[in-house]
Amino acid sequence: MNTSLRRALGAALLGALATTTLAACDGSDEADSGGSKTVTLVSHESFALSPEVQKEFERKSGYKLKVLENADAGVAVNKAVLTKGHPEGDVLFGVDNTLLSRALDNDLFTPYEAKGLDRIPASVQYDRDKHRVTPVDTGEVCVNYDKKYFADKKLAPPQTFDDLVKPQYKNLLVTENAATSSPGLSFLLATAARYGDDGWRDYWKKLKDNGVEVVDGWSQAYNDRFSGSAGGKKAGGDRPLVVSYAGSPPAEVYYAKPQPKKAPTGVATGTCFRQTEFAGLLKGARNEEGGKALLDFLISKRFQEDIPLNMWVNPVLKGAELPKLFTEFGAKVDHPETMAPEKIAENREPWIKSWSSLVL
Amino acid sequence: MALPLAFFAVFFAYPVAAIVTRGLKADGRWRFDRIGEVLGDPGVRDVLWFTTWQAAASTALTLALALPGAYVFARLDFPGRHLLRAVVTVPFVLPTVVVGTAFLALLGRGGLLDDLWGIRLDTTVWAILLAHVFFNYAVVVRTVGGLWAQLDPRQEEAARVLGAGRLAAWRRVTLPALAPAVAAAALMVFLFTFTSFGVVQILGGPHYATLEVEIYRQTAQLLDLPTAAVLSLVQFAAVGTLLAVHAWTVRRRESTLRLVDPAHTARRPRGAGQWTLLGLVLVQIALLILLPLGVLVARSFETPDGYGLAYYRALGSVDDSGGMFLVAPVEAVWNSLEYAAAATLIALVVGGLAAAALTRRAGRLARGFDALLMLPLGTSAVTVGFGFLIALDEPPLDLRASWVLVPLAQALVGVPFVVRTMLPVLRAVDHRLREAAAVLGASPLRAWREVDLPLVGRAVGIAAGFAFAVSLGEFGATVFIARPDNPTLPVAVSRFLGRAGDLNYGQAMALSTVLMLVCACSLVVLERVRADRTGEF
Repeated sequence: MNTSLRRALGAALLGALATTTLAACDGSDEADSGGSKTVTLVSHESFALSPEVQKEFERKSGYKLKVLENADAGVAVNKAVLTKGHPEGDVLFGVDNTLLSRALDNDLFTPYEAKGLDRIPASVQYDRDKHRVTPVDTGEVCVNYDKKYFADKKLAPPQTFDDLVKPQYKNLLVTENAATSSPGLSFLLATAARYGDDGWRDYWKKLKDNGVEVVDGWSQAYNDRFSGSAGGKKAGGDRPLVVSYAGSPPAEVYYAKPQPKKAPTGVATGTCFRQTEFAGLLKGARNEEGGKALLDFLISKRFQEDIPLNMWVNPVLKGAELPKLFTEFGAKVDHPETMAPEKIAENREPWIKSWSSLVL
Repeated sequence: MALPLAFFAVFFAYPVAAIVTRGLKADGRWRFDRIGEVLGDPGVRDVLWFTTWQAAASTALTLALALPGAYVFARLDFPGRHLLRAVVTVPFVLPTVVVGTAFLALLGRGGLLDDLWGIRLDTTVWAILLAHVFFNYAVVVRTVGGLWAQLDPRQEEAARVLGAGRLAAWRRVTLPALAPAVAAAALMVFLFTFTSFGVVQILGGPHYATLEVEIYRQTAQLLDLPTAAVLSLVQFAAVGTLLAVHAWTVRRRESTLRLVDPAHTARRPRGAGQWTLLGLVLVQIALLILLPLGVLVARSFETPDGYGLAYYRALGSVDDSGGMFLVAPVEAVWNSLEYAAAATLIALVVGGLAAAALTRRAGRLARGFDALLMLPLGTSAVTVGFGFLIALDEPPLDLRASWVLVPLAQALVGVPFVVRTMLPVLRAVDHRLREAAAVLGASPLRAWREVDLPLVGRAVGIAAGFAFAVSLGEFGATVFIARPDNPTLPVAVSRFLGRAGDLNYGQAMALSTVLMLVCACSLVVLERVRADRTGEF
């Protein structure tokens, strides 16, 4: 065999050895983590926390925090259902009211009353008697608008659901597929909460006649089609109205360098749906004590105050201080629509089916 | 054959069987009636029909556009050839969500075509087909071109000396020799487009769905495992039929060829015909591949204060990531490279052994094994992922939280490439050489090492390039166990795109550009390793 080929094979073999050794090291590390020193949080892609806050938890509790992220909350919950009794982690965070029934019906959680629960408003404690889940944050899905577009046209931006079907807003709104996207589903549920279990169909007929565009997911709607977002401006998006989050405008400010004095986008506060996100201790958790400490931590002041600028939603803890940037540029939504998890569970499938044949 | 078989049994057949069984078994009873129910649904039949015809159309279009490219890269020598061959493979690694954006910018409202001629192709099937060509161009160029470069051009020349016209000589001599590679490329493109997910969702809008999209929706969104299981079986049946047809048509066509060192087959273009062809292929690559890539690169430099490097600088710091990452995003490059290197190694070992075994054996069993190796390409990522989750959950195989799972899952997709790239070349090796070695007292292993390996060195390089690119770009399996302290490039891009804000969008584009660069550099290096050896053939 020629020498250079042999050398290449040798290098490959060395690489293989190195990789296996690395794997072995990693493995022994994992073995430790199987014990009581590590606590594992299973979540979705939007979960985020400041490194300092994580370090503080690790220092105070004595546990190392490991986070496993899934693409979206639905996948995270479904995986937990499939691995019931033998879960991937100790705590699941990110079950919202659109998914809560699925999690509870499948009996995923060990009840635990987190320390400090008394400082959380009763209105978000959906499982108050049993404490299977702990509320962690609330966030609104709302129509966002491109301020520049409406200023240039000298047109007032829409504020309510009724506004969206008016002729002056024809062909301006882009939303997500309710069958495949979480904000898309929330927007559908918002209209059902607003116009009633059957009335929403008429509303969507009007919305369709008024030229609503449906795309597959949030990223396409917001980053490609919406003219007000940073991505949309570059991509040549031409829809000045999009279904997004109440936290999107402050995020547009926060993630800009230099930060602008005003948010480029605004929120139509009369078009909002409130989602509450919960966390729970998974049955069969390898580190139950660590999981409990983590749940306490998730509703502690330190973590709650870290939420707004990381996940762009509201903390649930009374008295948690909100960062100035979040209150200054974020919208205060006074009367969001919302819906009980049981009702969502009952209607979700038939409504999505009906919505698909009506709108798509 | 034992190792590849064991690998597939443990990491493919067992997990997939586990998840399908879970779907079809209720309270200990099999529910085969579900199959009829799901198949009776006209919606499902529509999906199946669309899936099939768009895949067929995409494959035909890709072959038509990429075969001239395969010829040019194999036979013509022009400056920048190696670099360009690496660049056309770049789309292969890019996350569809990023590519979708670029295609919308070209084909959508206000896009280039719209500006120039008022043509909009988004939410039409044309956008889907063109994106499929974009993604799979390299499959044809590399699989077919790999063999083409090693065919002895003197055979065709001999035919022409004997009076055959240029076309006739090509049809009688070169085409039959290439047929197995063309069939292999067509098969891979078909499997890829048959299971297309992101492209169809993003460019087709909510109106088009493939089986894969439907399986994902039923599994990940609705948790309707029975329906997902039936759809997975339908997909298996379709892919299985295709593989059977392929095996049947290709069996007689693979023959012993005279292979030569590729370094001596490529020449400077001669005559108007070759120059024109080269020009056309270059224009085609520029429009179809470089333009969409260029859009993304341009956006990564487009900061609010004009063109600059701000987003690239931000990639180096943890602070700008808003708690999404616990390490600087640029660390994702190393994670990706590590995963991809491990996955490539696994794919080469498993695929190489499988290909070697397949050249040795014939008969029904071997053909069945051959088909089995291709199945992962036709299997939904979510089925495999969820299968891993419920099947590999007990020691000693509790791999769910281990990073080894990522390269293993990536290797599953890499192995078919290794097998399909190496097999035509291995089968083309004259078995008399092996026999001669055996007569001279070489063991089978030694014969393989001394005879086959040097001749297939190039195929190994190409196969490794594929496996590496597949792993670099892999998202579906990786996101399953991704951690904020070790994201891969595609996972990091997806996290950035999941949030509002200029810095997030800009960093997503910058990181995608880094991903392109990493891919192109890796491929050039992989080809260099091979090029060092030329002359020692």
